[in-house]
Amino acid sequence: MAESKKELLLLSIFQRNPIALLVLGICSALAVTGQMSTAFVMSVCVTLVVAFSNLIISIVRFQIPNSVRIGIQITVIATLVILVDQILKAYSFELSKQLSIYVGLIITNCIVMGRAEGFAMNNPPIPSFIDGLGNGLGYGFILMSVAFVRELLGAGTLFGFEILPLTTNGGWYMRNGMLVLPASAFFLIALIIWILRTFDPEQQEKK
Amino acid sequence: MADESVAKSFYSVLILAFVCSLLVAGAAVGLRPMQEANKLKDQRKNILYAAGLYEPGTSIDELFKPIETKIVNLSTGKYVPEDQLSPESYDQLKAALTAAGGRLLAPDQDLAGLRRLEKYSLVYLVRNKKDGEISQIILPVRGKGLWSTMYAYVAVDADANTIRGVSFYEHGETPGLGGEIENRRWQDGWQGKKLYTADGKMELKVIKGTVDPSGQQAPYQIDGLSGATLTANGVSKLMEFWFGEHGFKPYLKQLRENQNG
Repeated sequence: MAESKKELLLLSIFQRNPIALLVLGICSALAVTGQMSTAFVMSVCVTLVVAFSNLIISIVRFQIPNSVRIGIQITVIATLVILVDQILKAYSFELSKQLSIYVGLIITNCIVMGRAEGFAMNNPPIPSFIDGLGNGLGYGFILMSVAFVRELLGAGTLFGFEILPLTTNGGWYMRNGMLVLPASAFFLIALIIWILRTFDPEQQEKK
Repeated sequence: MADESVAKSFYSVLILAFVCSLLVAGAAVGLRPMQEANKLKDQRKNILYAAGLYEPGTSIDELFKPIETKIVNLSTGKYVPEDQLSPESYDQLKAALTAAGGRLLAPDQDLAGLRRLEKYSLVYLVRNKKDGEISQIILPVRGKGLWSTMYAYVAVDADANTIRGVSFYEHGETPGLGGEIENRRWQDGWQGKKLYTADGKMELKVIKGTVDPSGQQAPYQIDGLSGATLTANGVSKLMEFWFGEHGFKPYLKQLRENQNG
C-alpha cells in the first residue's frame, strides 16, 4: 500500500468508513447507540481492540499458517476483548455495568476481524496499527452521530444531561419512542450513508 | 505466508493458546481484588441510595459505617445470632444454592422466578442518631424481569410499610426500555408508597401508564415504564414475592409487633 500514515488514519473515517462504505459492524451500531456515553465507551474499546489486534497479528503474520489463520485471529481478538472487559471492571465499574453485554460482543464485531484479515495479514505492524486506529475512529464517528440523534430526540438528553425537557417530566418535548428502539439506527445509518455518498460520489457502487 | 506443514499449524496454535490463556488468567487473577472491591462498593452505594443517605463526593465507606448489617431467618422473621452466621462473610446468593442454606421453591410459590431461595437474608438497619431507634430497614430483593434477574435494595420505613426508596443495581434488561428501572428519576417515584393495605395484603404494583395521584390506589401504585411491560411485571412480581410470606413479611411483622409492644 502506498498510502501515507496520515491517509491511512483519515481515509477510514470518511472515504472508507467501515460502517458506511464496508457496511461492517452494524450489529453493535444498533445496540449501543441509544445513549451517547455507551456509544463513546464502545467506540474507545473497539478502537483499542482493532488497533492492537491489527498490531499483534501484523507482527506475527509470517508465523501464522494459512490453514488456521482465522482461528488464530479470533483468539487474539478474544484475548484482547477479555482484557478490556477485565480492566473496565477493575477501573471503571459504572461503565462496565452498562456495557458488560456489549463488550463481549466486540469479539464478533466484523470490523475487528475484517481489518485483521484484510489489512494486518499483509502489512507491516505500524501501518496496521494506524489502520486499526483509523477504522476504530471511523466506527466511533458513525456511532456517535447515530447516538447523538437517538439520545437527543429519543430521550431529550445528551450524555445524560437534559437538553429537551420531556413532557413526562413537565417539559415541552414529546419524545420519539421509535428512536429509543435499536431498529431506528438502521434509518439513521442509511441516512448517513446517503449523505456521505452524495458528497463523495466515489463511494457509490458502479452501475 | 508461513510454510504449511501440519505440525507447524499445531505448534503455532498451541503457543498462541498458551500465551493468550496466560494473559487472560493473569488479568482475571490480578484484577480480581479491585473488581470485588468495586462490586462491594457499588452494592453499598446502592444501599445508601435506597436509604436516601447517598451523598456524591463523600466516601462510601464513611457513609456506610453507621449502617448495621444483620442476618434474618426468612421463615421465622427472627435475627440470626452473629456467632452462628457472620454478616461479614455471608453470601446469600451462594447460600441459596446449597442444600443447607437454601430450599427449592414450589412453582406456585415462585413468583419472582428464583427457583431456589435462601433461608437467611442480610438486612441493613439505619438507626436514628439521637435515640438509637431503627429509622429504616434496607432489604435486598431480586427477581426475573424479561431477560435477566434484576437485583435491588428496598428501603422501608420503621413502620414496616412505607417505602423510603429503592435502587435497582444489577440487571440485563433492554437498555432504554426495561433498563430504565435503573433510572433514578423513576426510582424516586417509589418514595412514600405503601406496601400493605390496612388488612395486611401486599398491594404494591407497577401499573401501566402514569399513576393518577388522586386515585384511591395511588399509594400502592408505581408509574409504568413505557415499552417495558414485561420488565415492569417482573418488578411487581418480585415485590409481591419478597414482601409476601416467603420473603420478608414475617420479619416485618415482628418489627411492627416489637414496636407496638
